[in-house]
Amino acid sequence: MMLSVQSIDAAYGDAQALFGLSLDIKAGEAVTLIGRNGMGKTTTIRAIMGLTPPRAGAIHFEGQRIDGLKPHEIARRGLGLVPEGRQIFVHLSVEENLVATAANRTKGATPWTLARIFNLFPRLAERRAQSAGTLSGGEQQMLAIGRALMTNPRLLILDEATEGLAPLIRQDIWNCLAALRAQGLSILIVDRNLDELMRLADRHNVVEKGRVVWSGTSQELAAERERIEQRIGV
Amino acid sequence: MQLLFEQLLNGLQLSLTLFLLAAGLTLVFGIMGVINLAHGSLYMVGAYAGALVASKVGGFWLAVPAALAAAAVVGVAMELLVVRRLYARDHLSQVLATFGLILFFNGIIAWGVGRAPLQMDMPTLLSGFVELAPGLPYPTYRLAVMAVGVVVALGLWYVIARTRLGMLIRAGSDKREMVSALGVDIAGLFTLVFGLGALLAGLAGVMVGPIRSVQIGMGEQVLITTFVVIVVGGIGSIRGAFVGALLIGMCDTLGRAYAPMLLKLWLSGPLADGLGASLASIMIYLVMAVALVLRPRGLFPAGG
Repeated sequence: MMLSVQSIDAAYGDAQALFGLSLDIKAGEAVTLIGRNGMGKTTTIRAIMGLTPPRAGAIHFEGQRIDGLKPHEIARRGLGLVPEGRQIFVHLSVEENLVATAANRTKGATPWTLARIFNLFPRLAERRAQSAGTLSGGEQQMLAIGRALMTNPRLLILDEATEGLAPLIRQDIWNCLAALRAQGLSILIVDRNLDELMRLADRHNVVEKGRVVWSGTSQELAAERERIEQRIGV
Repeated sequence: MQLLFEQLLNGLQLSLTLFLLAAGLTLVFGIMGVINLAHGSLYMVGAYAGALVASKVGGFWLAVPAALAAAAVVGVAMELLVVRRLYARDHLSQVLATFGLILFFNGIIAWGVGRAPLQMDMPTLLSGFVELAPGLPYPTYRLAVMAVGVVVALGLWYVIARTRLGMLIRAGSDKREMVSALGVDIAGLFTLVFGLGALLAGLAGVMVGPIRSVQIGMGEQVLITTFVVIVVGGIGSIRGAFVGALLIGMCDTLGRAYAPMLLKLWLSGPLADGLGASLASIMIYLVMAVALVLRPRGLFPAGG
């Protein structure tokens, strides 16, 4: 198992957001979290990354326990975060955003380089010296993905990566994720577009009130689609 | 004319010293959000370490590295033991805690070294004068201080603009969480930046040693001026600290030299002297007030 989340609780102050949530990702797999807003998808990601440390339960990454570690220690084990709202460094240039936190700690055989990122996202290459704050939403999203890839993660975590983007740009992002998937990268993704998620991912988890209430493969999701769409409100 | 030129150079030298202090203070305030009143104490630690090593062990050239090391070590210890606990606190707690540090350092030095000011000798190599123009000698030491200030300013510019450390510093305080989620040890980064600021404050302290007397309380005087510099320049901005230091250093020096003289054009001698001296001492605050009316976030707001 690459990532194993075992019945974690997490809270913001007194407000508990996760209630014994569990989740597994095998190496090379793409797994989704789907559900209505405020059900705990982002909190799950924050708990995995150590940004909102779980209060109970355990998280293992590649066999080692990571809950309780600091966010940078968790990231250094090979988790790359593309956060909700992109969170790019607006005062840095496009190239600096990619370089500032770049690392190859997991000693991948073909590490990501600026050239490979620019190959994946040619629009970023054209704007490499531009201040990242001047990019469009879609370009900022590409930058956030590129920035995470430059840390050479084994597991890429994307939170609402196509949120609020124009359809064409959205398609670019999905194509890029499919390409990354084909290269063997493991992916955990939160999104609302079921068609694209079923095409990209192997397994899906419906999150409701801080728990996984349904999980299954893309075929199983397709079979129960109507019922699940009602639950997650798309 | 000759006086003006000399005063301009003195102003420049004060400016560059202020810049060394302001650079560290503005980074700590801008990136970590901590108001560090004890930044002046690091300047004092540098000056005392330098003066003590120069007199007890021997030589200015040994005093400089000793002062840098002392300020950096004390700075890192200050961050690890006290300042680190203040990041999540409000400014009032920060002011109280770092004010406590000022009292602590003043007390330690009074107890360990004594209250009498120390003198630090100028290195013989730099104790002469350079004839900048015929009939215009200027102390070599002050020129050397300026040269060091310029070199440090260029070095800092390089670090901030061209290195990954600089990128992470510029990435900004608002993205701390994101920076750590990408694998950067924020706590370590903060300790490093704090230590770097302490090192520069120590450098300023040891360089000022041979020009002014080394005494308890020297940090507090210069700290207030340094805060004026970073507020005028824009908190968190190295470029702002540089321009602010030039503006404040020049205004202060020229104000003290010329305010009484100018007032004598309209007022009688003693009155002009008194009023001029008062005006000179509030000059930098007037400049700050005007700058803040025109640019409320300072001349170069961080990241702007």
